[in-house]
Order: sequence, then C-alpha cells, then structure tokens
Amino acid sequence: MEELIISAEHEEKNYWRDLWSYRELLYFLAWRDILVRYKQTTVGVAWALLRPVLQIVIFTFISRKVAGLAQGPVPTVLLVSAGTLMWQLFASAFTDAGGSLLAGANLISKIYFPRLLLPASTLAVGFVDFLISLAILGVLMIWYQFSFGVTILIAPLFILLALTASLGAGLWIAALTVKYRDFRFIAPFIVQIGFFVSPVWYSSDRVPGFWRLLYSLNPMVGAIDGFRWAIFHGAVPVFWPGVVISAYTSLALLITAIFYFRKTEKSFVDMI
Amino acid sequence: MSDYCISIENLTKKYRLGQWGSSRDGLRHRIEHGVRTLFSSPRTLFSENRVKESDEFLALQDVSFQVKQGEVLGIIGRNGAGKSTLLKILSRITPPTSGKIRVRGRIASLLEVGTGFHPDLTGRENIFLNGAILGMTRVEITRKFDEIVAFAEIEKFIDTPVKRYSSGMYVRLAFAVAAHLEPEILIVDEVLAVGDAQFQKKCLGKMNEVAQSHGRTVLFVSHNMGAVNTLCTKAVLLRSGQVQAIGPTGEISMQYLSTSGLIASEISLVNKANKNPAITVIGGRLENKATGSSGFSHGDDLSVVLKIQVNEPVTYGVEFFLKDGLGVPIGFCPSDIQNGLSFTSKPGIFIHHCTLPAIPLAEGRYSLDIMISKPLVAAHEMIEDAFIFDVESSIFPGTVRRISQQNGYGAFVLKVIFDQPIPDPATPGDEGRISHTSESPVIV
Repeated sequence: MEELIISAEHEEKNYWRDLWSYRELLYFLAWRDILVRYKQTTVGVAWALLRPVLQIVIFTFISRKVAGLAQGPVPTVLLVSAGTLMWQLFASAFTDAGGSLLAGANLISKIYFPRLLLPASTLAVGFVDFLISLAILGVLMIWYQFSFGVTILIAPLFILLALTASLGAGLWIAALTVKYRDFRFIAPFIVQIGFFVSPVWYSSDRVPGFWRLLYSLNPMVGAIDGFRWAIFHGAVPVFWPGVVISAYTSLALLITAIFYFRKTEKSFVDMI
Repeated sequence: MSDYCISIENLTKKYRLGQWGSSRDGLRHRIEHGVRTLFSSPRTLFSENRVKESDEFLALQDVSFQVKQGEVLGIIGRNGAGKSTLLKILSRITPPTSGKIRVRGRIASLLEVGTGFHPDLTGRENIFLNGAILGMTRVEITRKFDEIVAFAEIEKFIDTPVKRYSSGMYVRLAFAVAAHLEPEILIVDEVLAVGDAQFQKKCLGKMNEVAQSHGRTVLFVSHNMGAVNTLCTKAVLLRSGQVQAIGPTGEISMQYLSTSGLIASEISLVNKANKNPAITVIGGRLENKATGSSGFSHGDDLSVVLKIQVNEPVTYGVEFFLKDGLGVPIGFCPSDIQNGLSFTSKPGIFIHHCTLPAIPLAEGRYSLDIMISKPLVAAHEMIEDAFIFDVESSIFPGTVRRISQQNGYGAFVLKVIFDQPIPDPATPGDEGRISHTSESPVIV
C-alpha cells in the first residue's frame, strides 16, 4: 500500500498529482462561488451586465469628451468595451484570488487540501461574469455593424493571458496576506493604479515609443491589446513586442507566485 | 512492526508565542532589517532574528506510537495536552516541527462537522460541497445522497438554504455527510459533543459500525469518556504534549481520571489566588468521619475542617465548588444560601467544621475548590483544588451494578423513587399484563 509521509522536511514529491486528485474540489469550490454570487439579490445575474454597461458609458464619455481622444477606425465605445471587460476580468479575478486564503481561513484550519485550490477556484467567478458581459460587446458590434473575423479564434489566448496574470498576481497577494496583512491594503491599490497604466479607456498607441516597452511590462497591456486585435480583426494595430513582453511578465509572475506559494503554504494555518 | 497503518515517530510541534506579523516578523521589520544589514557590520546580522526560548511553546514533545490496521484508538488528555495539535498534524493541516508520521491508507479527518458549509446554499448543494471538501468524489456523493438525507432526517428541507435551518438540523446534516465518508483511516475530534442526545447516540452507533464492520482504523478524540470507552479498544493518554500512557481503554481511562493529581486530604494551598491580608486559610483537612480515613463511598458524610487566620475584623462566607475527574464543575454551595449565613470575626485563628452529608457521588476522583468570600460581593481568597479525593465504591444493595464516572453518564447519582407499575385505569380488563418481580417499591 502506498505510504504517505508527514514530516517537516518532506518536500511533497506528489504535489501536482495531489493537486490533480483534488480537481473535483476545485470544481466544487468554483461552483459554490458562482452559485452564491448573486443569491438574495433582486436583479441577480443582471449585475454582471449592469456594472460593465455603466462603466463603458462613463469611460467612453471620459475618452471622447474629457480626454478628447479622436476616434480611430474602431468606434471608441467598442474599444472601451473590450478594454473594460478585460480589465474587469483581471480586477475581479485578482481581487478574489488575493483575498481567497483569508476568506477560506476556516477551511484551511480545519481540513487538508492543496491550498492552491482556493485562489485558483476564485478565477471562475470573474471568468463567468466576463463571459456574460461579452454579450455587451457582441450587441455593440452588431449595432455598429462591425463584422467578426477569423482572428476572433485567437481571442481566448489573450483571455488566458489575462487569467494567468490575475492568478499570478493573486497568488502573490494571497500568500503574502497570510503573513502580512498589509497586502490587504496593497491589493486594491494595485487595481486602482493598474487601471490607469492599462489601455482601458484609451488605446496603447497613445504611449510614446520608448515608454511603450516599459509600459508593456504590465501584463494587462498585452492582454488587452491582443484581445482588441483579435476581436476587431486587425482594425486596431498591435505592437507585438509589447504583447510578448506582457506574456513573459505574466508567466514569470505566475511561476514565481507558485514557487512562493508552495514554499509558504505549509505554514499558512499557523499564521492565518 | 510492519502491520501498522499509522506510525508516529518522535513528533514535536513548536508554536511561537505572540502574534505573527507583529514587531519581529512584521514587514516593516523585514524591510528595516534588510536596509540595516546593507549598511551595518555583520555582527548585528546575527544578533537579530533569533527567537528567545521563552517565545516558544511545545505543543507536542517527542510523541511516538503506532496504530494498527483496524484499531479504534482513543486519544485522551486534558485541555492543552496536545490532542488537537496531534490531530491537526495527522490531518496534514499543520506540519510538525520535527519527527515523522508514516500513514498507509486514505485519511479523512473530521475536526469539526460542517466545515465549508455555506449558509446561502441549500442542503442539497451543501451535501455536495461538504462531501467534496471531505474528500468524496461526485460519484460517491451522488450514490450516497439519499442515505445521507435520510440519516440527517431533513428530507423536507433539502432545498432550503442551510441558514434557515435550526442548529440541530444543521449539525445533523453536517454529521450525516461526514458519517458517510469511506476512508481507510478516520480521524474524529469531539464532533459528538453536538446535537441532541438521541442524535449523539445515532452518531456513536454509526461510528461503531464504521469501525467494526468495515475494519477501518479510527482515531477518536473526546472528553466523553463514555464514548471513548464504548468505541475504543485502545487509548493514548497525552499530558503536556507527551505520551503518558498507551494501552487498553479501560486502564488508560482509569489512569486519566485518577491523574488529576494525588489524593490530598490535607489542604493544598498551592493554587491560592486573591490573597487577602484580612483573612486567609492556613490549613485544613478532609475526612470521612465514619471511618476516620480519607476514602469515601457513595453516601458517606464528607467533613472538611478549615483553619482560618483573621487579621482584621471581617465578614466572610465560605463556598465550596466540587469538580469531577475531568475538572468539570458539578456542584456548588455558598454558605449564604443557608439563611444568608455569613461569619463575622475578630482577629485570631479559627477552626471551621463543615459537613457535606451523604455525598451522592459516583465512583471516581473529585476535587474541591474553596473560596472565602465577601458574601455576594467578591472573593477574599480562592483556593483551587484545595482537596482531592476518591469515591471508591458505590455498591448499591440488591445489585452488582457500580455507578462510576467512567460510565460516561456523569458523576452525580440521581435519587429516584420507582413505584411498582400499576395497570392503566383507562384500559379496561387484562390486569395480568405486568408481572411483579418484587413486592416493595425499589429505591435507588
């Protein structure tokens, strides 16, 4: 019979296999969050549409009237929608993942499971909201008679990029918050600042030459730019080196995050 | 040695006292420290970050034992003995500081029922969620769903959010899910302390069934000695993080109930608190007047003699607190419930004779706390565990039955007058239904 060894030094050799064997729990945790999300609300799931619609209206207004940005080949409202939806995906997935360990403190202190499941499962809520809100983009594109192209098939890749970035950043925050509650205050701050340094209500073409590379270190720059390119099939030019840089940063973020998470997860329960 | 399914070797768990994230571990400290080491001599580098011995607490200390396949092992000990820490390490919730545990087989642990229940979800949804959290697969849960619902007796409310459940229903549902787990090793922590008596019985039955018919290994922690006695064949007694004894449950529980301290018929003034300069107990003795010894049987008179030194004129009362072998309070008597009786005294040394007549106690160990009180106000002086005594036998006439704390039904023997049953006057005829075995009323 297989023998499990519990000790201080023992490095979990079967970490990933363990994670795989708990995949159903991942599903159930995600399912729980989605079920609970709109319980006891009057409007229910419509919230997933209402919030982005309001945001899109305001951001479009800011883009056109306040900042006075000229409209390119793609109507501003479409550009802003794509940006807003992607940003919302990141913001909610990142925030939920970051707070997931504290929210699940009770579970952590009472039962064993790979702790990685908690932040990972929270992505589902943001993702489902995102899928619902995609309807807004669809309706707007039909309204503006903007045709869909084949490039749309690549769009999921950029959504994945956004999710990678959310999980990477979320894992860091989650693991750090367990020990240092300071990061509870840092997370909303990141979302706030990130909003301005991501091309949400403007196009990243606005960022001048040299700054563009630095700007692309923000993983969401590549994700949003790529997503816009894929949805509007090339009507918006894309700065590929920037996308590559963003992809690398999100990947680096995720890998380091998993590394740090694994290093600290054993002692979560003693510190939480 | 190879037939174990859990082998614990030199397990130690150290906890840090104080708060994480505060001063020494704080982020600010880390940053400061980092900056300082950049600019300072290497000597300060070593003087920092060292944890003082006194900041540490050993919850478990060099614990070793083995559990065989199919064994039902009770883990007993007083609060703070390290039981919960041991279970937490076994359930992989927290890592040990040193030592090793080898486990053969799938472990499921029940440190609390209803872990992960979400108040907004319905009973049905929570069964699936909780089942998954406890390690069941979806297929398994679906297969056992009806059984779980029936066991919990909540058929009607299965689609109601659990936040609308009564606490009894909630606990029943939670236990039902847990009871239908099928791990090779089950770890249970005091979950039986929940629910009403009837449901507790059902839970015990279920655990017994799991242990006996399926040959599973069960580790069971409880303060309920009755439950430990009925369920477990073997027990481990923990004390201050160390294994004090391991062996058959009967012996171990006996030892547990009697290690509350040595019998002390002379007063022990070690645990004296609220010392008051005006009045203090300086000596005392506890005895069985009938035999002149310090041993007692059920129904004996217990007499306490206290020697009190009064330094200033004072008004005081005397209060007794009786605790059972587990340290659970079972009785209380302040002198002022006897017509507001309190004593007023001039300085001097006085002897108090107090009698607790016909103690209605079951076999086992007891301790007596004594308080010298300002009547209805506060304590002049409190002496914890002033006396420790045993009730050695509780033989009742006409029966071989012994009533002991170890039965798990409490320490206080109820006095009940049982009349002979009489035919129900509302039911006509058929008077010979009840056969009389004894002519006179039976008094226990």
